[in-house]
Amino acid sequence: MPVGLVVVSHSRALADAAVELARGMLPGREQTITVAAGDVDGGLGTDATAIADAVTAADGGDGVVVLMDLGSAVLSAETALELLDDDVRERVVLSPAPLVEGLVGAAVTAAAGADRDRVAAEALRGLAPKQAHLSG
Amino acid sequence: MSAVDAAALTAWVREFARLVHEQRDALTQLDAAIGDADHGANLDRGMTAAVAALEAQPADDPAAVLKTVATTLIKTVGGASGPLYGTFFLRAAGALDGDDGRALAAAVRAGYDGVVARGKAERGDKTMLDALGPATDALDEALAAGKPLGEALGAAAQAAAAGRDATEPLVARKGRASYLGERSAGHVDPGAASTTLLVEAAATALAGRG
Repeated sequence: MPVGLVVVSHSRALADAAVELARGMLPGREQTITVAAGDVDGGLGTDATAIADAVTAADGGDGVVVLMDLGSAVLSAETALELLDDDVRERVVLSPAPLVEGLVGAAVTAAAGADRDRVAAEALRGLAPKQAHLSG
Repeated sequence: MSAVDAAALTAWVREFARLVHEQRDALTQLDAAIGDADHGANLDRGMTAAVAALEAQPADDPAAVLKTVATTLIKTVGGASGPLYGTFFLRAAGALDGDDGRALAAAVRAGYDGVVARGKAERGDKTMLDALGPATDALDEALAAGKPLGEALGAAAQAAAAGRDATEPLVARKGRASYLGERSAGHVDPGAASTTLLVEAAATALAGRG
């Protein structure tokens, strides 16, 4: 099973668009990416119980990398870890990577069959191409 | 002396919900000054949902009362106060072992430690910890000095209110208010204000227990 990816955002539209962008890099390839975004009424917000569910859905046994936007998305993702079973929690990494760039890097790497730590490392390197380009 | 049982904790939750509803606009005004003007509305929505959840499925077990409040706040509050208050009640539920004042104090201490770990804030950062920290200390000290629970919670509520008032001149170092820098000084922190209501609700609802 490839490593599962989870996108956490205050906004459902933002999360779905980021996933669409990442999937554009994976023509014809399978990759599990689940989304936990927005509050219960569809407004802006994050919900740790929804994140825990998204992690469980993305978990195929070989690890999960969670990408998130900012502020309470981070607090909610950490809170979600407390709601998970111990064996699932041990397989989850919360990535400090920027959401869009990190997700694209993680998706390409995960779909190629890399392990969880490699996927997380690639997410974290997500800003490197942009930084290299603009510093030249 | 009746115990700090599920009914007592439910009464605490109901009193907190009542105070939050009553102070909803005041909390939102505090948040409008240094945040995004949604704290009163968010917490009112969350606590209204928590009371409804406890009515729909009354819990016999004290820890289950706190767990229900935790998951309901996490689901319904949105914003940082959802995971922060949710973590307080979640950790308190996990630590609650017994139905006397000392068990309650240990649970509150575990909840406080959870908020510290989750928010990575320290006292003096102009957050809910500025009320919750002094209240937790005052509760432990009063119980250690042999005071009855009602009196100890009264001392905790006074400590929380003093901590809340002391946030006014502080510059925020955490959360959205920290973007304001020096301009966050001169306003009471809304999280410290709502946390004071939580402790005041305990003092009212749990007097005579434990």
